[in-house]
Amino acid sequence: MLLIRCPYCEEERPELEFRNAGEAHIARSGNIAGESDDDFEKFFFIRSNPKGIIYERWRHIHGCARFFNAVRDTVTDKFVMTYKAGEPKPSKLPKNGNEGVAK
Amino acid sequence: MAKAAAKTAAATSPSAERRPALAGRSTSATGVKVEVLAPAERMSLRAPEASLAALSKALGVTLPKQPKTSATKGGRTAMWLGPDEWLVIDEAGNDPLADCAGVSALHSAVGISHRNIGISVVGPAAAAAINSGCPQDLSLDAFPVGAASRTILGKVEIVLLRTAQDAFRVECWRSFSDYVFTFLSEGARDAAG
Repeated sequence: MLLIRCPYCEEERPELEFRNAGEAHIARSGNIAGESDDDFEKFFFIRSNPKGIIYERWRHIHGCARFFNAVRDTVTDKFVMTYKAGEPKPSKLPKNGNEGVAK
Repeated sequence: MAKAAAKTAAATSPSAERRPALAGRSTSATGVKVEVLAPAERMSLRAPEASLAALSKALGVTLPKQPKTSATKGGRTAMWLGPDEWLVIDEAGNDPLADCAGVSALHSAVGISHRNIGISVVGPAAAAAINSGCPQDLSLDAFPVGAASRTILGKVEIVLLRTAQDAFRVECWRSFSDYVFTFLSEGARDAAG
């Protein structure tokens, strides 16, 4: 079983307690009614689908119930790191990211 | 909100007819005993950091701030569920909701006494019985006495509290209680195996 580090519980917990909540860092426009159709489509429907590093929202639903962000590798399914919701996208990822985060 | 809660409690408590789910059910296997606990007063508490001191004072138990911890005093236990969420269980018959009613600091206190059922799992194989459906590490290093956490058992959500080295309290929603009790009974038999 995958172990995921919850930044609020400050420890690794079994994956069964978590739920994926889509891509992270998608900001809703402050003036959503004024968005052009193209921009709205981009915001609402279009998601990146990279091979490799992806930034996702996860929720510790059967634990502290908090949303947080996680950096995950879509090739290996390994979590590189997790951080609290609202924190900026990490500019630098840990080199040996799998250590102490997910096994 | 606090006012309304106090009013409701006063209006309904004496006349409320209580029909405990699974009352008196218990099962034992070698090394584990699974038992339904007596009804207790329960409260779901949400509050920001700034209100904690006032609430702790009113409740008579210090609300823990560390993840996966609990605090017990005078039959009342407060368990950390999330950064601003606690589950308070009172087994001494005092209503924590009434104690919070007088606190003016921002908080949300909801009575959930009848929503939950408490089940005790006791014995040297208690951890093994719970681990039959709960993926958390229940070794004493990772889950010491007093540790509390919301987690899952099989396919339902539970709140788990370690009350002693070989004793756990499992809290689940009333409608899931039959499932949880049966699951734990099976787990106890397997653990005794």
